Amino acid sequence: MSARPGVVGYVAKRVAGALPTLLIVAVLVFGLIRMIPGDPAQVMLGDAGDPQAVAALRTEMGLDRPLPLQFAAWLGHALRGDLGVSIATGEPVLPLILQRFQVTASIVVSAIALATLIAVVGGLLAAWRHRRGLDQAVVGVATLAMAVPSFWLGLMLLLVFGVKLQWLPVVGYVPLTEHLGAGLAYLVLPVATLVIVESGVLIRMMRTSALDVLRLEYVTHARAKGLSEARVLLRHVLPNAFAPTLTLVGLALGHLLGGAAVIETVFTLPGLGRLVVDSILARDYPVVQGCLLFAALAYVLVNLAVDLCYPLLDPRVTVEG
Amino acid sequence: MRRLSLSGWIGVALIGLLLATVLVSLAWTPFNPLAIDLDHTFAPPSARHWLGSDEFGRDVLSRAMAGARISVGIALATVAAAVSAGVVLGTAAGFLRGPVDRVLMTFNDALLAFPGMLLALGVIAVFGAGAGSMVGALAVAYLPSVVRVVRGAVLSIREREYIEASRVMGNSEAWSMWRHVAPNASPQIAVLAASLFGWVLLSESALSFLGVGVPAPAPSWGNMLASARPYLDTAAWLAIAPGACIVATLLGANLLSDALRDRFDPRGAP
Repeated sequence: MSARPGVVGYVAKRVAGALPTLLIVAVLVFGLIRMIPGDPAQVMLGDAGDPQAVAALRTEMGLDRPLPLQFAAWLGHALRGDLGVSIATGEPVLPLILQRFQVTASIVVSAIALATLIAVVGGLLAAWRHRRGLDQAVVGVATLAMAVPSFWLGLMLLLVFGVKLQWLPVVGYVPLTEHLGAGLAYLVLPVATLVIVESGVLIRMMRTSALDVLRLEYVTHARAKGLSEARVLLRHVLPNAFAPTLTLVGLALGHLLGGAAVIETVFTLPGLGRLVVDSILARDYPVVQGCLLFAALAYVLVNLAVDLCYPLLDPRVTVEG
Repeated sequence: MRRLSLSGWIGVALIGLLLATVLVSLAWTPFNPLAIDLDHTFAPPSARHWLGSDEFGRDVLSRAMAGARISVGIALATVAAAVSAGVVLGTAAGFLRGPVDRVLMTFNDALLAFPGMLLALGVIAVFGAGAGSMVGALAVAYLPSVVRVVRGAVLSIREREYIEASRVMGNSEAWSMWRHVAPNASPQIAVLAASLFGWVLLSESALSFLGVGVPAPAPSWGNMLASARPYLDTAAWLAIAPGACIVATLLGANLLSDALRDRFDPRGAP
């Protein structure tokens, strides 16, 4: 179909636009860890490391070379998937990250998908019933949801459903691949917590943009043609009003895929966020560096994917470029 | 300009209550928030300990009050730092445009590519946990969004007719900037600062909850929640009080910033 000549150009432009960002991200991650007081070789060997061993390790790590060369070497390794090894365990960093990422991603993706669905339904209904009881109820609940910190909501849900009612487990984690039923039981509360916390802002955004679209003339026209309200909302209002919400969905998804440290801490899940925090506390810098790079990459890629989705919603985006 | 709505007044009341608590806590708390009393550990809420006592017998109400002081102090310092640096950089980018704008914004967008929490964690990884590095970390984390908003406001205001008029009158660019552009961007900056206060406070609690924020034994709402986690089944009051404080504060900050936005920009009003 050649009806969209701008698509290839649009995609190329967005992808090219993300490259400088990724490069600066890499420089920042590299530079940040280098700003840590003290010599990385000394840090790795601890204060007890004797000067000879430190010097040998410095040469091995390439620390005696100029910084730009060190950066190039580090980036070259990173591009080939070599993020170094953990100081604490000696494990390679990338497999460690990927293993933890599975846990985080399974919670985050299902939670954001559910939250988006709730936001679309809630936002459209609230806008449709503008200034009536339903609208006020939806806005009230959404505003409250925005004010509840995820870690507290998580603790309260644990208190009610884990401790008092004992419906769900309080501590621990079972991988889904090991036991599906038990694995799901451990995911219910973390997902529920994230859905509630994330849907607040999404509902409000969806409602605001739906209100804007409902004021437009073509909606009046669609109604005048005698279309049902459901069809007007779903076919005519939703596609035009969804873009701002999609942006926020992308931001939330990109943000959380890099580690939902707080949720993972509340529910003692072995996710990526907990890995970052534990490595910071243990001063395990190769892992910190790898996690930061991975999380920033996830964030940029998710937002790039969202950018690429806009023309599907609104063909004018391509033309305006 | 519209009168403040009911929800706006609720926001004002909640933030007023918070600031009053902070002021009172400077002079008085029911108990010393750090005093350990091993004869009265895990006391449920009572006439003596209104909100109960924790695993060391410390009074939860006193700790929540002292926590308000620490959390609000960190949040205010962070907002002040992020907004003042953001106004300078955003104004420079929006007003000078050209290469300055491009370099600043490329760098800014790269910083925006880090989720705020992650950026803060990175800075804390370098400088260690503590109140000082937390202010620095959160200010760095939230600076890019301030720069974006300020630059956007400046870009739109500088094209308006009254700025043109100021130039025609022979005023220098810098004077027009200082006298006309900056004041007209201030409502947007005020709205942003109010919501920033909420976000920063939430991030501070989250970092303290994770154990990389305010170090024990100093109380912050976040680290109070973290130490309440193991006792959820026997001493739930330990988790309820600090969380309720955070919810009330965030709700206050959100309602207040909504109200400010509605006042300055009635088009966005619900």
